[in-house]
Amino acid sequence: MSLPKVHEIPIGGIITEPGSSRRNLTGGWRSLKPIIHDDRCIRCRICWMYCPEGTIKEVKGEFVVKGKKYQYKYEIDYNYCKGCGICAHECPTKAIEMVPEA
Amino acid sequence: MTAVATQIQKAKTVLALTSNYAVAYAVKAADVDVVAVYPITPQTTIVEKIAEFVDDGELNADLIHVESEHSAMSAVVGAAAAGARVFTATSSQGLELMHEVLHIASGLRLPVVMAVPARALSAPISIHGDYSDLMNTRDTGWITYIASSAQEVYDTVIQAYRVAESVLLPVMVSYDGFLMSHTTEPVELNDEEEVKRFLPRRERPNVLRPEKPITMGAFAMPDWYYEIKYQVQEALQGSLKTIEEVDEEYGRTFGRRYGVVQTYKMEDADYAIVAYGGASFGNAREAAEIAREKGIKAGVIRLRVFRPFPTSYIVKYLSGVKAFAVVDRAIAFGGPGGGPVFTDVATALWMNGIDVPGISVIHGIGQRSMYVEDFVKIYEMLRDGEKNKVVYMGLRL
Repeated sequence: MSLPKVHEIPIGGIITEPGSSRRNLTGGWRSLKPIIHDDRCIRCRICWMYCPEGTIKEVKGEFVVKGKKYQYKYEIDYNYCKGCGICAHECPTKAIEMVPEA
Repeated sequence: MTAVATQIQKAKTVLALTSNYAVAYAVKAADVDVVAVYPITPQTTIVEKIAEFVDDGELNADLIHVESEHSAMSAVVGAAAAGARVFTATSSQGLELMHEVLHIASGLRLPVVMAVPARALSAPISIHGDYSDLMNTRDTGWITYIASSAQEVYDTVIQAYRVAESVLLPVMVSYDGFLMSHTTEPVELNDEEEVKRFLPRRERPNVLRPEKPITMGAFAMPDWYYEIKYQVQEALQGSLKTIEEVDEEYGRTFGRRYGVVQTYKMEDADYAIVAYGGASFGNAREAAEIAREKGIKAGVIRLRVFRPFPTSYIVKYLSGVKAFAVVDRAIAFGGPGGGPVFTDVATALWMNGIDVPGISVIHGIGQRSMYVEDFVKIYEMLRDGEKNKVVYMGLRL
């Protein structure tokens, strides 16, 4: 991707288009990637609360894990997860594992 | 209205003003919207006078009482970002406390105007004048004027708004602390309606408005930061042309202009003193007269604009002399040239392949008395003495 040159950038480092930061996918900063092992997840929602970037998604549906029925499960938005590891650190059942980025 | 009455109305208003009061009158004429300031001597009386104008209803501005100079600059940055015409003033430690926000004002390309009666820095504590505070702002991206009379201070503050709003850079207007800030001179005031026409309210692109949201002061990664800072460098270098054009138009409108450098008897000078500020320039001019009586072809160059540095003028005037001296009222501690402006002048000459011997004179530090005889001695040193060295004048060594 070729970036704009000096005179193609608004002066003062001003961002003139509202909401354009959504296009800035910060997941590329990650060196460790969190993986949720759904079989160990007890749906306590602690990862969802602690994630500083709001990248834990609560997915509604019918999920049966080890004979238990759940109304939802958790997934990670890897477009924005920076791999800080807070979710893995806080998870009471160690259901989240940090693995090196490929 | 009778003809006589019209004539009286059109008569020039001349008041006896300190440079600080001259700033206040210029700010009133510029019809600013927001003034945020914290008191520090020798700047304080500027804002005392502005507060009077606001209280009397002569100036319709928000005067914000802040808790520090850091906040004063932050407040005017915010107001300027919202599109307001703003003013602040400070000196010495206050300017140091503002320092980080000075970079933000230039980086965001906000037309902030600030007055700086220049003053020495602690420690030891000094309330007296020199240019230590101003010289520390050298690399902040601000356009920097150094005026040499109360009249010029008044005229320059008005010019500063026009320049700032044209090139979208902040401007500071400096002058000798106490020697000018607290001494009274006659100042001819402009008709305020005419000043309003000289400073039209122009729509600025990219100001904070709820109906058109923008982001200011965002984070820039290494692949963006450099370009945005280069824009400041380019704008500042290019602003010299605007500064001259505004000065010319001001001259046509109000009858007074100064240029970016002012010279005295440089036409045939062999030896030049480069000075800045009121006291140095005044002494140097008198000394040039005395030196000429002694047979030394002496001249003076005064820097009216310090940033952007008027390289082309320095080169033009110094390339023909036998030797030059720069009188700095600040020390560039540990630097190669003694004084900060000497270092700039030497660089300007070297970059243009000009080899003229020079003397770096440090004087007037902490308002140490500078005498006309000292400046005569500089001319004698230029003619007879050793060159390419630093002279600490007036120092008990």
